[in-house]
Amino acid sequence: MTEEIIIAGFGGQGVLSMGKILAYSGIMQDQEVSWMPAYGPEMRGGTANVTVILSDDRINSPVLNAYDTAIILNQQSMDKFEETVKPGGVLLYDPNGIMKHPTRTDINIFQVEAAAEAARLKVGKSFNMVVLGAYLKIKPIVELENVIKGLKKSLPERYHHLIPMNETAIESGQKIVKEIQKAK
Amino acid sequence: MEIIKAENLVYKKTSSMTDKELSYCPGCGHGTAHRITMEVLDDLDAIKDTIGIAPVGCSVLAYEFMNIDMQQAAHGRAPALATAVKRLWPSKHVFTYQGDGDLAAIGTAETIHACNRGENIVIIFVNNGIYGMTGGQMAPTTLPQMKSSTSPNGRDVGTMGHPLKMTELIAQLPGVHFVSRQAVHTPGGVRKAKKAIRKAFEQSYENKGLCFVEIVSNCNSGWKMEPRASNVWMEENMFPYYPLGDIKVDGELVSK
Amino acid sequence: MKELRLMKGNEAMAEAAIRCGADGYFGYPITPQSEVLEYFMAEEPWNRTGMIVLQAESEIAAINMIYGGASTGKKVLTSSSSPGISLKQEGLSYLAGAELPCVVINVVRGGPGLGDIQPAQSDYFQSVKGGGHGDYKLFVIAPSSVQESADFVKKSFDIAFKYRIPALILSDGAIGQMMEKVELFEQEERLTDEQVIEKYGSWATTGKTADRERNIITSLDLIPERLEDHNKHLQAKYAEIEANEIMFEEINCEDAEHIIVAYGTSARICQKTVQLAREKGIKLGLMRPITLWPFPKAKIAEYGETKKGILVVEMSEGQMIEDVQLNLNGKIPAIHFGRSGGVIPTPDEVLIAFEKHFM
Repeated sequence: MTEEIIIAGFGGQGVLSMGKILAYSGIMQDQEVSWMPAYGPEMRGGTANVTVILSDDRINSPVLNAYDTAIILNQQSMDKFEETVKPGGVLLYDPNGIMKHPTRTDINIFQVEAAAEAARLKVGKSFNMVVLGAYLKIKPIVELENVIKGLKKSLPERYHHLIPMNETAIESGQKIVKEIQKAK
Repeated sequence: MEIIKAENLVYKKTSSMTDKELSYCPGCGHGTAHRITMEVLDDLDAIKDTIGIAPVGCSVLAYEFMNIDMQQAAHGRAPALATAVKRLWPSKHVFTYQGDGDLAAIGTAETIHACNRGENIVIIFVNNGIYGMTGGQMAPTTLPQMKSSTSPNGRDVGTMGHPLKMTELIAQLPGVHFVSRQAVHTPGGVRKAKKAIRKAFEQSYENKGLCFVEIVSNCNSGWKMEPRASNVWMEENMFPYYPLGDIKVDGELVSK
Repeated sequence: MKELRLMKGNEAMAEAAIRCGADGYFGYPITPQSEVLEYFMAEEPWNRTGMIVLQAESEIAAINMIYGGASTGKKVLTSSSSPGISLKQEGLSYLAGAELPCVVINVVRGGPGLGDIQPAQSDYFQSVKGGGHGDYKLFVIAPSSVQESADFVKKSFDIAFKYRIPALILSDGAIGQMMEKVELFEQEERLTDEQVIEKYGSWATTGKTADRERNIITSLDLIPERLEDHNKHLQAKYAEIEANEIMFEEINCEDAEHIIVAYGTSARICQKTVQLAREKGIKLGLMRPITLWPFPKAKIAEYGETKKGILVVEMSEGQMIEDVQLNLNGKIPAIHFGRSGGVIPTPDEVLIAFEKHFM
């Protein structure tokens, strides 16, 4: 198994930390992982994206131009990454703020109204965990218990009291994710 | 020859200076400054616990003369070396020996920051107002109107800047504990300078902060004077601009 | 018990330095390597092992702190990124001249000049040809993963002390910023002052005791014939390192007709290129120099006899290609493909370039 993912959105949406939790979850179940952020000027206030790879084998290139899954959280990222999803791959997005929806027909498209759900649950900061839940529903490549272990590893101890809230967010993401289109 | 007897001995070369003949010009103050530094380390029984740092400049070969473990630094960087040595070996005496070009021009940043961090080291700064080794070019400490090979018509402060009073400058920094300016051209001066150097080694060793001793010296070659005349010129011209005495004692600026 | 962590390359190098018993780190912040200093300051190794950490006033001060610390036989390191490493070149020349062991890390970014902060490999010449003045070499090792970033800190210190030579870890912004799984080696004890004196007292400036002559660390010798002798001594040492310390990795090379030569991040990308090529039935292999100096010369020369052509892939406008061509001696063509200025090539872009030149 090798799963190559791009997660892209605005800085502050928790894009990088979501990738990190996913990577840590992979380690918890003995997978090889890599987490490659686009760093630099883009980081400051603009868009943020990270390439995460989980694999049973040694990972070669940490930098890719085609992905099994794209998780897209703003319009700029949609414009940039829709075309990078491999045919038959997955595009998961939050429609909040998206004006131009994806148009490709050769990929599987899913929506998760994560921003709305996080607001409804009053867990705004766990927005990214709602998205992660949706992703894991589509591709259960890591066990939920390993995600919780990953959360514990990647969060400083002083934030560990927030883990139940994150768990709730993940579970609600799993429930609300909708399939929009099956690849043709 | 019958007077050469142990009981008649009043003065001898300290063993903490090597037997190597000094390469300094006859009349230069460096030899005396070297010697009193080594005598202080002898008096403190600190030879085995001392690491010295030589600069680039006339005293680049200080390690040939001082019979202690020494490192030779890149131009201006001696305080950076000393910082690391002292941090890694806090039980040692660590000192730099630097001239005006090394300390006050190319090494300004390292000097100021070592002082500002309050490194527990000694800096001995020999200021002769000129670049001696390279043949008498203008130094940051060259006096106004003073001639050098790169200010042949005298230092024009309008275009060449003012002589830098590095010692007064670093005395302002809270990390610096003791600052004194001395000279070694008279027996009385030598005694006072040695006392200041001893205090610097003692107090830095007690982790009180950086201790800094400037020695205003002559450069008869660079100034193109015969040694005695150079000392007179130093008293008449250098001392008014670089007045002798303690500048900071026990962490407090001395009020004039 | 093995300890697995998800770490950035920069963090892994800092942790590895603590674990291999380093005595001191001196550095100055610069993107994309600031995590090294940040990690140390958060980790407070002075409480763990007694290692000291200091944020210097400049890269120049930091490399000279390394000179001072290394002169006393202590295990010291610094890190920076390209423009900062340029500032350290004078210090590196002095360290090499004075035969001081130390580790210097360069997390390379795009140049020349201030360039940008994205990953690049355009400091190859500076690293292996002598970025400072004089006839000298550094041991240069290039990690291509976070795991190697950690492991090579230890390796570099071993080589540095074995030969009394500065060792340079040539990483890049991608390896430095990327997180991967790392298996950390166990904490090794720092040497005590007494142990340092016992091991290195023959040359280190640790204080002149009555039972020995003074130790002097200098790169100065005003007698030309004596300085020439010193240069010959350095060259003999470099020859010994070339004979014993070359490291490289071959992937799918055995039956390959063509070879990609790439190191660091480029080598990771090209592994994928090789995979893509093999899926198309193209017999392509990858040779990854791990030590860039000493360079795997003999291996390259051997390809001149056994392969049809070489593509050298670098995140630069072509630097390592010169060493490849030199050692092929015209036997088979070697062609450069690279992206520069912080652009990372993609695996298929490399394959397209390969097919254009060799198919």
